[in-house]
Amino acid sequence: MILAQLPVLQVIVPLISAPLCLLVRRGQAAWIIAFSASAVSFVVAALLLDRVLQDGIISYYFGGWAAPWGIEYRVDVVNAFVLIMVTAISTIVLFFANVSVREEIDDKKQPLFYTSWLLCLTGLLGMAITGDAFNLFVFLEISSLSSYVLIAFGADRRALTAAYQYLVMGTIGATFILIGVGLLYMMTATLNLDDLAHRLPGVMTTRTVQTALAFLVVGISLKLALFPLHLWLPNSYAFAPSVVTAFLAATATKVALYVLLRFLFTVFGATFAFEVMPLGIIFVVLGSVAVLSASVVAIFQDDLKRMLAYSSVAQVGYMVLGVSMSSVAGLTASILHLFNHALMKGGLFLALGCVAYQMGTVRLGSLAGAGYRIPWTMGAFLVGGLSLIGVPLTAGFISKWFIVRAAIERGWWLILIVVIIGSLLAMIYVWRVLEMAYLRRSADLPDLVIREAPLTLLCPTWLLIGANIYFGIDTSFTVRIAERAASVLMVQL
Amino acid sequence: MNALGLYNYWIVILLMMTGFYVVISSGNLVKKIIGLNLFQASVFILYISLGKVAGGSPPIIREDISLYSNPLPHVLILTAIVVGVATTALGLALVVRIKEAYNTVEEDEIHQQDESL
Repeated sequence: MILAQLPVLQVIVPLISAPLCLLVRRGQAAWIIAFSASAVSFVVAALLLDRVLQDGIISYYFGGWAAPWGIEYRVDVVNAFVLIMVTAISTIVLFFANVSVREEIDDKKQPLFYTSWLLCLTGLLGMAITGDAFNLFVFLEISSLSSYVLIAFGADRRALTAAYQYLVMGTIGATFILIGVGLLYMMTATLNLDDLAHRLPGVMTTRTVQTALAFLVVGISLKLALFPLHLWLPNSYAFAPSVVTAFLAATATKVALYVLLRFLFTVFGATFAFEVMPLGIIFVVLGSVAVLSASVVAIFQDDLKRMLAYSSVAQVGYMVLGVSMSSVAGLTASILHLFNHALMKGGLFLALGCVAYQMGTVRLGSLAGAGYRIPWTMGAFLVGGLSLIGVPLTAGFISKWFIVRAAIERGWWLILIVVIIGSLLAMIYVWRVLEMAYLRRSADLPDLVIREAPLTLLCPTWLLIGANIYFGIDTSFTVRIAERAASVLMVQL
Repeated sequence: MNALGLYNYWIVILLMMTGFYVVISSGNLVKKIIGLNLFQASVFILYISLGKVAGGSPPIIREDISLYSNPLPHVLILTAIVVGVATTALGLALVVRIKEAYNTVEEDEIHQQDESL
């Protein structure tokens, strides 16, 4: 009985728990509620993934109204994978948050913080699970509005301007998506994504549908932080509280990528998006420029959170390169990188959270000799950094390997060069940190005793970092699901 | 239908571009939010326009009427209006906090203060 309700539980559990956090008014109690809600969502996502792998697509009709009229939640391999990734990251980062948030956020504001967190989680899960275009817009706004609030919790006053800037750009992006959905409704009189996919071929040649595609792609690209629409991202990530950066970096842009995949491949179909409309070449160019330019900018950052933020823009570039190939191999690479990058960036930002907890700053200069004083934290950063570069035996290598394989299959040799240069640039910016941490001694502050972060912070960090190594060696789980997801996306229509 | 007959879509485009221009050009954070609001309002009109069926009556069932306007876009846009109100409220709340922290709501002055740090 309850198994039939799984799709709705996925969204309802965090949604109902959010106001509860507000009502308890105590930071610790709110954390317990938020953590349990997130953990329950993770269990639900795991059960959903298990069922989807066995039975294929699960459809859930709200209030018993059949699909094109009522709102449908539709789970297939693609979004089940996204759901499990989002809930897993949220749960692990929330475990970390208990100690980290007490340090960074005022006690009175903590219940509000966890409320916003759960709303953000609700929005992200809703975007991933829904089968209705307008519903998707509403969930997008739920997650966006709460993420602006989460960013504004940052201690630095620049967090406020960063949140404001994100609000302006995010709202423009969301409004573009709204326009796109409106134009699609104009031509097809339906909002159900599956139904849209069936009705669109009849009106494919109209300019309205082409305009709708353009609006949707630009709007989603803003949320995805695809170059050159990434300007909101570096400041938001740099000034948000540590846990928020880890959570958003690992989930928000990934869900946006999922939405892009859903619209391009399921709704419009690869033929229309990549052969009739010139999206392939646009994505290749923007993705390559994102990889190269953002990696170069990352090298010159002194604030490590901002450095990793630029690196995130570069990683989005890799994912979009995978999308641009519009082949099963390319999509597999994209989806694989979506998952692996969440592990890397989640782990790296949590490691920086440990640094911020112990030192109060994440500037490069303050890390001199840190490799010997806080070996476990910097060790986590080291392994995460290797994964980001794409060293063999880490998850990063697997996703780069698949991107390269897909590029070779297509015969796009330039992509191969872009990936190699991108990895070399990543090596430079990761090396700067490692050099500071392991090869420099801090001469000026010899007395300063910096202890290792507590285990409650180190455990979740190493859990994500360990996952980087695990999924770098045993790829059977991730690759199998990514391949199935890619073929599901390519097959439909 | 000629270009003039689609006048509500011209209004949509005009409003949208006005709002967008205010967001981009204005350095005042409050004005930016108002521009954003205008930008969103244009989309509300787009949705409301596309629900109208030529010659259709309001969607209330009566015996002597067979052609109705489509009520769905209107319902949808109610939700979007709520989202717009929430966005505006949150944006203005952020501006209040920025004013408290920087003592100004002008973008260039905020940049100056940040760079002098």
